[in-house]
Amino acid sequence: MQSVHIVSAYDEELKYLSKRIAAMGGHAERMVEQAITALVNADPGLAQKVIRDDVVLDEGQREIDDKAIVIIAKRQPMATDLREIVGAIRISADLERVGDLGKNVAKRVAAVIDGRQPTSLFRGLEALADLALTQLKEVLDVYASRSVEKIGFVRDRDDQIDAMYTSLFRELLTYMMEDPRNITPCTHLLFCAKNIERIGDHATNIAETIYYIVTGDQMPAERPKGDKTDKIVLPGTLPVK
Amino acid sequence: MAELNAEHKGTVQPAAARLWANRWLLAAGIVAVLAVHGLAGASAYVVLAAIVLLLAAALLPSGGARQSIEDAAAMEAGGLQRLSGEYLAAAVADPLIIFDRTATIVHANAAAFAAFGGLAPGMSLSLKFRAPEMQALLDSVLSGTVASEIVDYTEKLPVERAYRVSASSVGHATDLYVLVFKDQSEARRIDRMRADFIANASHELRTPLASISGFIETLRGPARGDPAARDQFLQIMQNQTGRMARLIDDLLSLSRLEMKPYLKPGTEVDLRQTIDSVIDSLAPLARENGVAIERDFVDGPLDVPGDRDELFQVFENLLENACKYGQSGGRVTVSIERDGTGPEPGIDVTIRDYGPGIPEEHIPRITERFYRVDVESSRTQKGTGLGLSIVKHILTRHNARLSIKSEVGKGAAFSVHLPAA
Repeated sequence: MQSVHIVSAYDEELKYLSKRIAAMGGHAERMVEQAITALVNADPGLAQKVIRDDVVLDEGQREIDDKAIVIIAKRQPMATDLREIVGAIRISADLERVGDLGKNVAKRVAAVIDGRQPTSLFRGLEALADLALTQLKEVLDVYASRSVEKIGFVRDRDDQIDAMYTSLFRELLTYMMEDPRNITPCTHLLFCAKNIERIGDHATNIAETIYYIVTGDQMPAERPKGDKTDKIVLPGTLPVK
Repeated sequence: MAELNAEHKGTVQPAAARLWANRWLLAAGIVAVLAVHGLAGASAYVVLAAIVLLLAAALLPSGGARQSIEDAAAMEAGGLQRLSGEYLAAAVADPLIIFDRTATIVHANAAAFAAFGGLAPGMSLSLKFRAPEMQALLDSVLSGTVASEIVDYTEKLPVERAYRVSASSVGHATDLYVLVFKDQSEARRIDRMRADFIANASHELRTPLASISGFIETLRGPARGDPAARDQFLQIMQNQTGRMARLIDDLLSLSRLEMKPYLKPGTEVDLRQTIDSVIDSLAPLARENGVAIERDFVDGPLDVPGDRDELFQVFENLLENACKYGQSGGRVTVSIERDGTGPEPGIDVTIRDYGPGIPEEHIPRITERFYRVDVESSRTQKGTGLGLSIVKHILTRHNARLSIKSEVGKGAAFSVHLPAA
């Protein structure tokens, strides 16, 4: 992965950083997964667990920050090493945000449980979460294997996530218009969907950071902003049942 | 006297045993000698002498043989010591990964490559298996607090898999550790499937069932003496039972697919021949709907790794949809192209119709189970709401991708990207 340094402790430190990143990544993946499961199965116990687990990620980020600063001060890293260390700082920040977003989804479980929502809505949310989690998993796999040539897929999937989010947005609006009693749970679900979509964005950020670490170049900047919810307006009348 | 007798007995018994042990060889020898005698007409004395010699040879203690057996045993014991770990790992059917003190992969067997992909010697194990329980497992084994430990590990994406993972150190002070994965996905999946099946199927089956029972009530009540109404109602009831049967067929084929999300490797499918036979089998349906099927195939061999029956089902479902829902366009194009440019070279199969198209907001959702763009038209076309879900499942198993492009009023194009071998 990295070339060998004369001071082997330096190698150890760099390895430790990437190991901590991987551990944080695993935690973030698990939190998001469990938050969605809690939401779909209406399981407040699991949601509470997710909320408690967020501490681990905060702790991880602080630790990586500290370690990275110490390495920079002590070893005066250059080139790849410097990118590796700065990249670790950025990735850990992204992962910490992913954890926060997962926690936010978990916090909304209690509010959504009350009114039973149509199952199709949850199925859509689950599919959106699957996309975002696949994105995150693949990105972290690339971090492990360093095979950046596979990273093109990340953008494809980002488009899919945006499209799916737009579709869910429209659907939720429709439910709210059908029955004002749906507004509370649907608003929460809307935020959940938004959070999941943001998780996909963070995964894309991480992909860009990895690309930079490995190649030293910025990823080519053709990133069309795909989610079109800013333009969605539903007709003002109640739809015919 | 008694002692002498015992000694005598002692020599007689092994002699008998030796004769018995060599009986087949002996018999063959005698037969051979007799045969030579019969054919070549050698003198009877020579024959007798040969037979006596044979018996004597059989009676000789077989010390040499015993020696060689002992040698072989010794060699085998030594061989087990010298046996390469790689051969041993390759012989294990479960995924197995050998790693060192720094959690770096030293060796992974073929089953591990097939199950997890993207593994390479020199890669860090803790970067690949990031789940918290796996991290804890690696930590506790590497730190030496426990000699071996077992945890349950589940992977949700891309397909749900569950493993019971055991980690332990290898030998004494080798500084090597081994991770063995036992696949538990099947049991887990059966549980999940049962729950899903009940949830999905009960709703979809209840609708036709409700209508059938309503008609039965009417037939027994108000429409008792009305032959015209009876005929009409029975027809509707028959359609509903047909729908239920189709639904059950699709649900079963979907659950079968979910039972074995991994494809057995090594088989190749000729796409040209497969798609040709799909087109042939759907020709009657196309004629009925007034749709012409056009082919646009690239030249050369079009082989991809995969399962023929499953890929047949993929293209059958896609083409059937195109003929049914794109009927107003009057034609459907099936094209095969080679795609060597992307990160994964492969073959693209596109099925394009020129019908009403699919509104943009539905496209990301149409592969979900029971998701219908238009419930009414799906019902009239005898759709079950599972066709594209089946397609997606099969393609996931083939590592393939489905991309859908559509513009309202201009038709829809379903492209399947199959990776080449």
